[in-house]
Amino acid sequence: MEAADPKPIIDVRDVTKSFGSKIAVNRIAMRVQPGEIYGFLGPNGSGKTTFLRMLCGLLTPDEGEGTCLGLDIRRQAAEIKRHVGYMTQRFSYYEDLSIHENLDFVARVYGIPQRRRAVDAALDRLGLSARRKQLAGQLSGGWKQRLALAASLLHQPKLLLLDEPTAGVDPKARRDFWEEIHRLADEGLTVLITTHYMDEAERCHRLAYIAYGRLMAQGTVQEVVANAALVTYRIAGARQSAAAERLRSAPAITQAVAFGRSLHVSGHDRSAMEAVFRDVLGPDQTWEPIPSDLEDVFISLMRRAEDNFK
Amino acid sequence: MRFGFSITRFAAIVAKEFIQMRRDRLTFAMVLGIPLLQLVLFGFAINSDPKHLPTAVLVQDHSVFSRSLIEAMKRSDYFQLTSVLTSEEEARDRIRLGEAQFVLQIPVDFARRLLRGERPELLMLADATDPAATSSALGILNDLLRRTLDRELRGPNEWLRSRVGAARLIIHASYNPERISQYNIVPGLMGVVLTMTMVLITALAITRESERGTMENLLSTPVRPLEVTLGKIIPYILVGYIQASLILAAARFIFQVPVAGSVPLLMVVMIVFIIANLAIGITFSTIARNQLQAMQMGFFFFLPSILLSGFMFPFRGMPVWAQHLGEILPLTHFLRIVRGILLKGNGPREIAPEVWPIALFAVGVLMVGLKRFRRTLD
Repeated sequence: MEAADPKPIIDVRDVTKSFGSKIAVNRIAMRVQPGEIYGFLGPNGSGKTTFLRMLCGLLTPDEGEGTCLGLDIRRQAAEIKRHVGYMTQRFSYYEDLSIHENLDFVARVYGIPQRRRAVDAALDRLGLSARRKQLAGQLSGGWKQRLALAASLLHQPKLLLLDEPTAGVDPKARRDFWEEIHRLADEGLTVLITTHYMDEAERCHRLAYIAYGRLMAQGTVQEVVANAALVTYRIAGARQSAAAERLRSAPAITQAVAFGRSLHVSGHDRSAMEAVFRDVLGPDQTWEPIPSDLEDVFISLMRRAEDNFK
Repeated sequence: MRFGFSITRFAAIVAKEFIQMRRDRLTFAMVLGIPLLQLVLFGFAINSDPKHLPTAVLVQDHSVFSRSLIEAMKRSDYFQLTSVLTSEEEARDRIRLGEAQFVLQIPVDFARRLLRGERPELLMLADATDPAATSSALGILNDLLRRTLDRELRGPNEWLRSRVGAARLIIHASYNPERISQYNIVPGLMGVVLTMTMVLITALAITRESERGTMENLLSTPVRPLEVTLGKIIPYILVGYIQASLILAAARFIFQVPVAGSVPLLMVVMIVFIIANLAIGITFSTIARNQLQAMQMGFFFFLPSILLSGFMFPFRGMPVWAQHLGEILPLTHFLRIVRGILLKGNGPREIAPEVWPIALFAVGVLMVGLKRFRRTLD
């Protein structure tokens, strides 16, 4: 694949974590290069958050080993914490502290030198200098997210872990957020980000898809799509839902999803699929091959994971 | 729909409430546990008419009257004769240390003066820090004395019998001679308020952090759990001292409670008590999943603390098992310390036996708490 950089930021193997009898993360290996924006996708409860928590030293893996920022994830968790910024899924700063007080608190916890200047700079960069005395709890979702990002960057981490940072944020704020992430990556920061949005997945340099704690695919968007070897058709015409119903029951079809007035139907065997179309579809319905997109691939990966591991 | 009240909708809410009640096991346990606890405490442990109070006697006149009176006291439910003393100094010591609630002194020549009709005095030394503990026993003693004399004054001495008070019972109510209940309650309040603040507020403050998700964030920083815990409790220790000072000032200047002992000594010893309560609060916070649970656990601890410590009801009025339970609670010992220092003027020597049980409690609870305190989230 790509030329191996001598020093990956994240380099872990066989990482496993169970809670009781449930295996949350099952033998995951991952390598992330410096300055990369690495997207981490998967259905809810697939183990993404658990994996992030193991990377930043909040959880100790049951099995597996590796390094984060060149530090051992088992033995040097305390050291890792100093250089990692972690933005939790839920807003986890103090709603009853003001914006300034929150940032100042974080700066003190990390022992940032010239604290006042660092906090003022962060406020300026956020564009929140004028509202510094406002309580964090009164901010809107988008502003809370920006505050959380600023706070997790205050100690100038080398690795930023973002757990669904854009959930519940409006499209404009989401776009601004991604601009910021790309700017940071250009400056050399490595970013590992979990998301459910396909457009966000496509903005990442590389992706990993996990389901049921297992790594199902990884690589660039193009690689992930190509490796899935998925065939997709668009079907146009009337009575879509009845057709979708019949198509789904055919073994050659892995998924049939409505997109506006048409259906996107995916499978792996082109000729078997066309045989199904001829058999099932009416004369007023037409089909044409289209390129598979990331969402088709992910849904198919999820199905496969369900079949294999559930 | 005539009244706009739908039985179906209403039933849906009721059913949902029951499901949620059942899900929150701890809350459910508390809903049943707290009434049970109250039932046991109020039903069996609390007794506002304390009996079997430890009583020492200092008999300087060995006569039939002395023997008969002591015999009568032994038979009564109110006094439990614990020791026979030989000097007045010893008598004062017993009271100061709280080992005896009463010391009955029968002076030299009691019998002779009685028979001469001189109406001799009997001295009853009482620890009246808690007036409720002593009042009924003292009433009973008067009665016992009269009946004993009636019985023993026979034949030629019968003429003394009908006279009101052939002997006079002098009650010397130490430490609270007017038997004002505020003297007992107000200093005790200091311990109660500290228990409430230290246990409840700490448990809530730490649980709030995990409930709101800020704990996860905090733990992802280089902050150590010890730094978090200590950092969170120090402000409350300060609050505790402010509360204690307020109550102390109120006791002195509003309720005119005499301050016989050393306030600095009290302030120093208080830290042990505060730590013990903080330890409980921290341990609760490691068990409770949300603030409601923390609150309920705090209440579960607070209730016996108030009822079994001797704050509201005389400690010696409780059955032995309840006294044993009470001895475990830090508040019980702290109350003795506060009352001892403020009312009796006790010094380090007298309060030492009450300090170490608190310290022991703190260490025990802290061990449980630290074991449960999770370094990480797993």
